[in-house]
Amino acid sequence: MFEGWLSIIVFLPAVAALVIALVLRNDQQIRWFAIGATVLNLVLIVITYLNFDRGAGGVQMVDRYQDWIPVDGLRAEYLLGIDGLSAPLVLLTGLLTAVAAFSSWRITLRVREYFIWLLVLETAVLGVFMALDFLLFFIFWEIELIPMFMLISIWGTGRNRYSAMKFVIFTLGGSAFMLIGILALFLSAGVDTFAMVSIPSEGIVGIPDKIIGVDLLIPAGVIWFFLFAAFAVKMPLWPFHSWLPDAHTDAPTAVSIMLAGVLLKMGGYGLIRVSVGMFQETKGFQVQDVAWLLATLAVISIIYGAVITLRQTDLKRLVAFSSVSHMGFVVLGVSAIVSVGGKVTDAGINGAALQMVTHGTITGLMFLTVGLVYDRAHTRYIPDLGGLALRWPLITISMVIAGLASLGLPGLSGFVAEITVFLGAYAVWPWLTAIGAFGVVLAASYVLWMMQRTFFGPRNERFQDIDDANFVDMIPVVALVISIVAIGVYPKIVTEVFKIGISELVRI
Amino acid sequence: MNAHDLWILSPELSVAGLALVVIIADLILNDKKTPLIWLSVIGLSIPLGLTLILWFNTPDTQTGVFGTVTADRLALFFHFLLIGTTAAVIVAAATYSRKFVGFQGEFLALMLLSVSGMMLLVASQDVITAYIALELSALPAAALAAFLRTDRSLEAGLKFLLLSALSSAVLLYGLVYLYGATGTTDIAGILEGINNMDPDGDRAFGSSAIMLGTVMVVAGFGFKMAMAPFQMWVPDVYEGAPTPVVAFLSIASKSAAFAIVLRVLYTALGTDSLAADWSVLIAVLAVITMTAGNLLALSQQNIKRMLGYSTVAHAGYLLVGLAAVAGNSDSEGFIAGPQGVLFYLVAYAVTNLAVFFAIIAITNKTGNDMISGFAGMARRAPILSVLLALGLLSLLGIPPTAGFLGKVFVFSAAVDSNLAWLAIIGVINSVVSAFYYLRVIRTMFLDEPEDEERVTADIPVWAATLVASAALLVFGIAPSSLLEFARHAVTGVVT
Repeated sequence: MFEGWLSIIVFLPAVAALVIALVLRNDQQIRWFAIGATVLNLVLIVITYLNFDRGAGGVQMVDRYQDWIPVDGLRAEYLLGIDGLSAPLVLLTGLLTAVAAFSSWRITLRVREYFIWLLVLETAVLGVFMALDFLLFFIFWEIELIPMFMLISIWGTGRNRYSAMKFVIFTLGGSAFMLIGILALFLSAGVDTFAMVSIPSEGIVGIPDKIIGVDLLIPAGVIWFFLFAAFAVKMPLWPFHSWLPDAHTDAPTAVSIMLAGVLLKMGGYGLIRVSVGMFQETKGFQVQDVAWLLATLAVISIIYGAVITLRQTDLKRLVAFSSVSHMGFVVLGVSAIVSVGGKVTDAGINGAALQMVTHGTITGLMFLTVGLVYDRAHTRYIPDLGGLALRWPLITISMVIAGLASLGLPGLSGFVAEITVFLGAYAVWPWLTAIGAFGVVLAASYVLWMMQRTFFGPRNERFQDIDDANFVDMIPVVALVISIVAIGVYPKIVTEVFKIGISELVRI
Repeated sequence: MNAHDLWILSPELSVAGLALVVIIADLILNDKKTPLIWLSVIGLSIPLGLTLILWFNTPDTQTGVFGTVTADRLALFFHFLLIGTTAAVIVAAATYSRKFVGFQGEFLALMLLSVSGMMLLVASQDVITAYIALELSALPAAALAAFLRTDRSLEAGLKFLLLSALSSAVLLYGLVYLYGATGTTDIAGILEGINNMDPDGDRAFGSSAIMLGTVMVVAGFGFKMAMAPFQMWVPDVYEGAPTPVVAFLSIASKSAAFAIVLRVLYTALGTDSLAADWSVLIAVLAVITMTAGNLLALSQQNIKRMLGYSTVAHAGYLLVGLAAVAGNSDSEGFIAGPQGVLFYLVAYAVTNLAVFFAIIAITNKTGNDMISGFAGMARRAPILSVLLALGLLSLLGIPPTAGFLGKVFVFSAAVDSNLAWLAIIGVINSVVSAFYYLRVIRTMFLDEPEDEERVTADIPVWAATLVASAALLVFGIAPSSLLEFARHAVTGVVT
């Protein structure tokens, strides 16, 4: 790949947004153009993914402009690149944005602005996953807020304004601490760039060497907590999760897909690359010291999220709370970064990374299906639904697949990820993992119970005259089902790449 | 006074001269006053050109008029900023100033006189000159604030005048202490005086006099910086004064005050032990200022009043950079704070210009300063709304805007100077500010408009808004040249 390739991928959606803003006039044109842009970007991303050299590893396809902010002591670069950890997440972003664009087919309110914001959102998220300079990372991390604020508050339902503001304030609060953490980390003596990777002259690899073992401006433990706070809010991890159900419930379908599918993964990605990757050999504090905390919070998230999910009566809120539970598995996997018998297995983190991708596709499919139901029934209140299977078989099938994947049926992607997480975490935290495993049982209950109440049971006369999903509705569904089955049957397509990236990040 | 002195003073003198030319031209022109605007803007290219020549032709420090005025890089940096701001405000006020029937000439002349005072202020090498320059900038500004001649506008002018006089008295009192302790009014001489103080003899009196003097000087200039607890005038003046004057005051007046405080603190009082003392003072004032500004802005219904409190909050962020004296990382660290302050001031200038110009453009048509008056503006004036939103996001500090990088530089200087706690309070304050900035954006993009009539701006103010918005994006995306410029400006001053 030539230099500049990743920049093209990151900014293609933004340029498309600009074209929509300035050139296109007709709503139908705008829809096609936006969908076309996301699909084109997906194709470029797939090409990138296939070209990722699994033998070589390391950071690849680097885009670098060194003199972006050339101040002594505050040297920030424009540095993009992908490694084994970010490549699958970039792929996930490309896939889910295309899905989100397709599922926005029926948007009629302020079409132009809607697609502009959706495309800007894709640029921001891709930037987060590809940026390897911490200041650049932070910039993309913050840019993502504005499209989300607009998307939720204009096209949302219910208490959308409140939810949008809550989302922004929670994320801004987290990132405020992240900024201080970043500054403290990189202004310390001897650290002269914001690069998140080390840059030996021959190539760009792994984690930044320069913060290892040096005295930091403020204690490394404090910096870790500052950064962790931002990622924990984004994930979201209990007790920072309270923005999520509101944002999800009130967001339009496509935005829920983006939020659950890729935005939460920004938190998980940060957790692995920064909180774990950078803090294994820092002076005076190592991430291993707080692994117990991660494991505890993870298990609380898993169980708490699942229990709350059980008693939801709003379909969307139900899926939202299940995300809290499922993202808990990510953290549980990450918490397995403690040596047992003198050696660390990276199974836990590999499982966590895979869980991010599978949760992205599965929850994406769930929100998509909920959106299809809501478009027709105009309600998400479970007691009002029921018996939809007979009338809308296609929608039902897609929810059944998503649900079964979500509760961890072997052969679908959820199973592989969760079993890997449990294998990794059990070696380190047997008791906590045993408790966490109940989350799977609870998941089975809430998913099956929800499906029984919503889709099965006697024929519902209320929706007799409304048709099932049509061809256009099914395109994104099929795309997600294929990816769920593919990863379930042959997880190597993702895990092999993740393994390369994680082996470069986990050093102890 | 010889030719060299004239040369050093040429930018200030040419601006003052331009003011006189405008007044005379006003007498000659009978009813069509528009040429005066173009005369002022084009006339400002003379001081701009002189500043440019001085920038490229002078060694780092060069003083004149018996060592009381300098044309160093810091002064020239602010000359650029002040001239640019004034020109932009005059262009943007082209339509607005029709409200001052019969007084457009005076409006322009007073603004030019005020800015010549500010330019002299940033170039002062002597505290007495600084004091006189401050008065020269303040008196016309008070008249400008009252220019609408409505009750609120007159109240604004009177309030500005009275509180300005009070703060000048405090400032003068502080300067007297500095003079008493060191025996000189020369800024470089004060530093020398402090260094030469007899450790046994007059030290006891001298050091407490210097502390007292420092506090009073900071308080006196704090009025112009809109620093709490001297911010009482800000909301009333912002609400009552003509909007272009508010834009002018919020940027030019504030920048000039920060420049002179920077010079006094870093040059005259720049010894290590003194810096450690006033750094704490400034840090505490920063906390009070940003917190007060943000909390008070939350409940405002009038957009100008809200921006008044927002300018207080931004004075707080700037003070964070001023407090960051003791850089950790290496010798460059000492510059990080002032350099960040200069970058922030420029970022704030372009941002606030964009915001105020957009507001001028919109309220020229709607005549409604209330935030609720902006409801649905995205439909009535889409481009202006986007530009206003962009400016507000820059004030909030969301990338990729200049406001974001300004905050990054200022807070990084603080973290670098072991003031991480201060930076944390700063970022939390930024989060709080999201409530009121986003509220305006939400009102513009979400609420139903009062009426559907499109708001079309006049060309000059529209163009000025566009240029300021473009600048805030350029500085936010490619900051390196401005940073380099700021570094040049502070190297000579920071010892």
